[in-house]
Amino acid sequence: MPFIPNTDKDRTAMLGTIGAGSVQELFSDIPSDKRYPKLGIPNGISELEVLREIESLASRNLCASSSAWFLGAGVYNHFVPAAVPALATRGEFLSAYTPYQPEVSQGTLQAIFEYQSMASELLGVDTVNASHYDGATALAEAVIMALNHGGTTRNRVLVPAALHPEYRQVLATYLAAFSVRVEAYSEAPAIAVATVDAETSCFIVAYPDFEGRVHDLAGVADTVHAAGALFIVSADPIMLGLLKSPGSYGADIVTAEGQSLGNAMNYGGPFLGMMGVTQKFVRKIPGRIVGQAFDHEGRRGFVLTLTAREQHIRREKAVSNICSNQGLVMLMTTIYLEALGKSGLQAVASLCWNKAHHAAKLIAGIPGFAVADGTFFKEFVVKTPVPAAAIVEKLEPRGVVPGLALSRYWPERTHELLVCVTEMNTAAQIDTLVQSLKEAAE
Amino acid sequence: MSIDKNSRYRASHEWARKDGARFVAGISDHAQEALGDIVFIELPAIGKTFKQGEAFGVIESVKAASDVYLPMSGTIVAVNDALAGDPAIVNKEPYTGGWLVAFEATEPSEWDSLLTPEAYEAESGKE
Amino acid sequence: MNLRPEPLAYELSSPGRVGVSLPGCDVPETPVPSSLLRVELDLPELDELTVVRHFTRLSQKNYSIDTQYYPLGSCTMKYNPKANEAAAALPGWRGAHPLVSDAHNQGAIELIYRLQESLKAIGGFKTVSLQPAAGAHGELAGVFMIRAYHLAYGNPGRVKMLIPDSAHGTNPASCTMAGLTTVTIPSDAEGGVDMERLAAECDDTVAGIMITNPSTLGLFERNIEKIAKMVHDASGLVYGDGANMNALTGVLRPADVGIDVMHFNLHKTFSTPHGGGGPGVGMVGAAASLAEYVPGPIAAEKNGKYSMEMPSKSIGRIKAFYGNFAVLVRAYTYIRMLGADGLVRLAENAVLNANYIKARLEKVYPVKYPRRCMHEFVAMGNFIDGIHTLDIAKRLIDYGFHPPTIYFPLIVPEALMIEPTETESKETLDAFIEAMLKIAEEAKSNPELLHDAPHGTPVGRLDEVAAARNPVLCYRG
Repeated sequence: MPFIPNTDKDRTAMLGTIGAGSVQELFSDIPSDKRYPKLGIPNGISELEVLREIESLASRNLCASSSAWFLGAGVYNHFVPAAVPALATRGEFLSAYTPYQPEVSQGTLQAIFEYQSMASELLGVDTVNASHYDGATALAEAVIMALNHGGTTRNRVLVPAALHPEYRQVLATYLAAFSVRVEAYSEAPAIAVATVDAETSCFIVAYPDFEGRVHDLAGVADTVHAAGALFIVSADPIMLGLLKSPGSYGADIVTAEGQSLGNAMNYGGPFLGMMGVTQKFVRKIPGRIVGQAFDHEGRRGFVLTLTAREQHIRREKAVSNICSNQGLVMLMTTIYLEALGKSGLQAVASLCWNKAHHAAKLIAGIPGFAVADGTFFKEFVVKTPVPAAAIVEKLEPRGVVPGLALSRYWPERTHELLVCVTEMNTAAQIDTLVQSLKEAAE
Repeated sequence: MSIDKNSRYRASHEWARKDGARFVAGISDHAQEALGDIVFIELPAIGKTFKQGEAFGVIESVKAASDVYLPMSGTIVAVNDALAGDPAIVNKEPYTGGWLVAFEATEPSEWDSLLTPEAYEAESGKE
Repeated sequence: MNLRPEPLAYELSSPGRVGVSLPGCDVPETPVPSSLLRVELDLPELDELTVVRHFTRLSQKNYSIDTQYYPLGSCTMKYNPKANEAAAALPGWRGAHPLVSDAHNQGAIELIYRLQESLKAIGGFKTVSLQPAAGAHGELAGVFMIRAYHLAYGNPGRVKMLIPDSAHGTNPASCTMAGLTTVTIPSDAEGGVDMERLAAECDDTVAGIMITNPSTLGLFERNIEKIAKMVHDASGLVYGDGANMNALTGVLRPADVGIDVMHFNLHKTFSTPHGGGGPGVGMVGAAASLAEYVPGPIAAEKNGKYSMEMPSKSIGRIKAFYGNFAVLVRAYTYIRMLGADGLVRLAENAVLNANYIKARLEKVYPVKYPRRCMHEFVAMGNFIDGIHTLDIAKRLIDYGFHPPTIYFPLIVPEALMIEPTETESKETLDAFIEAMLKIAEEAKSNPELLHDAPHGTPVGRLDEVAAARNPVLCYRG
């Protein structure tokens, strides 16, 4: 077996050293009637056979690289430069453990420090952690932070009605043990913020929201803070290459789904939960954090720091139970941000903006179709003359994935399609989409 | 291990000392030594009220974090602001410059329930 | 190792450089309202080769399984087969989207289904959910399930979770997040759960027990069936922390000894890479009692068609979409390559290797509980005055080995927790043992060598106290 090098000769020698008659004898503590059950799964097969089997499975999914792809809704088809996976999958990164031994983990630790530096700049915060499981769990943990901060009298959580429905569901799961009221607001944040009161723990804004709308957040923070609550923003990091950061609007905690920064869609995971906070909350943020340190010769290095917040030290009083995180995904994001740099990220964001607005204009011109009002970045809602789900069903087999029928999450919203346009979509693909929508509605 | 003869103690290694009409509290030399180099201290807001033995703050070292408990019921009237910039003062002077909070006792009789320096010395020597 | 200092990306930056070429804009442009426009964006500016060299050089400052032996207790740092990576990198996975209809994602859902079925067989479970993204996430799901079960049965007062003192810190932390209070159960003289103390706590407020078996001492809990019965008789449930499943694959199905719900770390037992901290998968398996409570959606099959479905009493989503899918592909690849026969050999050789190292080291490095161990054992590093476990760990680096897990479990002073895994050869184990014995001699003859260790690394021991007192967490000019 290629992954188990011991030979019979090795085993005999080792058993002799141990003083055991057989390998089976080593398991004598296990109840004898339960030992060696028949598992009912097949015996092992070769690498060649396994890969053939998996290639066959992988070919049975609709794939963005062979389609005109306009589906986003929290999972985005963005360009991943070749350097990103080439570098991140080097064995020295891929097969390394959590960097608890800093002397032999400087590669991982410095990469995390660089991630923290760039991600905090992008989100507009003082510190980010490294990392959460995805954008949804990052937001849930941000809310828990706010609840712990606000104390027992603040048990109202205000969320936008247009928060990603799966984020809302994850939030509900995470908050099962808290007696809180999660209330959804439908107005623009600048208006809804007036309802923040002394019982409110946090006011959450999605930037952009699930329907793609980008709200101006000027003044929101002041109102939230005047009521003593925290301002949490869940953001799209690609958009932040072009538009103002949540931190610049005064957010206390910023979370984001980092998948779009250098990671494939991978059927929804692994993704990257980003979370950043202002200075005030540095010692309350969950997750691992890396800091700069020096050795006795004055050489600069990096270590995991502020660990007293974490479960392995504080156990039941820890700020979160998180341990394993999304390290490798975060590394991909780090490489992505360094490869694109300032001008590259700005260019990607501008391409998304321009192409999405071009597509929206053309779609709005199709008879029977309309585009929802409001400022958007790369996603927008299209009102369709026939049920959106029927359009999706008709076009998917043709290699055109036109977007998400909102009826998937809101059964009553039958005639709405959420369309996403990124730098991956060419002008020709946009034309194909427009033509296909026209045909599908006929 | 040094022990301040003017203070009284809890078995969880906090001390309290009379300071005019109010009391001052901190952690013992034994406690600071067990924690190691202190890196951060979280102290309560002035005006907060705690019962005897209730946690009023957290002391963190690199490898440990420990709640600190108020030796007597009381209302916090002052916190040691110097510790924010230099928490190591608690390591160096746990009974003097490293005091944590001052409080007004709501049950002054609780003083009698605390360990005398001799009793604390005997107690912590057992560990 | 690369010993040369590597500048930060910001220090390598030069205005005007870019590391990726992007297509021009092939559509008419739309101006961005100036009120929304970002003015400052301070990201590094680097050409592609500089990025490639930067990360290649950084990678060379790491120990990793591909370069070094990692006897890291409880972390199961086994070899991560390259076939796993090839399977996970297929374009058909990379470009698959979870919100396309199930009919057009049959390959992905079938893979999830097959992996669920394999893990059900390995654990003896009725239901498996692959949603949780890490071991601690699986634990969180498990304690949420236990809580939901008691609430569903009209027992809101069952909030006490019993946790042995050898448990991982994530156990009590997960309970807190689920609104449960924890009671620590001490270990007995043999390293097992103290049965008298357990009996005393089994009252009508018990939600359950969280038990790691083999424990973090590397010992199989011989009373596991009695413990499960005692907790069940008190109407509590048994949570199994599967961090140490590497000792049991094909040898024992945890559900057979009374485990109601359990997580497996696919990034430990099933060879998916640790990636410097993640991503993992904390699969949750449940016996009949909790089968419908697992987080969802999970994969289902009907007449050869696969779909993602929410179990009837599910605690709900614990993560957006369907889990860390690309990690699932790797674990499935591994399980298919090993099969039923390979899984037995995995556990047998993991346990054999651990007992072999223990037999050769225990005369020098005392073992607190000297019973026969499972896949790991816990020795102590304080066999001579003035030397600590940390010194031994750092000196091992000089010999080219990653240190074992140190100072855990908390109940063993100066703990050195050693887990060899089955993927290491006898030659590697012997080289590690020789290094450990040599270090023990050095501890007597030349203790300074240990105190100053490591010597040949990019940095020496770092001042973690200063780093935590005045944290510098970002590069700022």
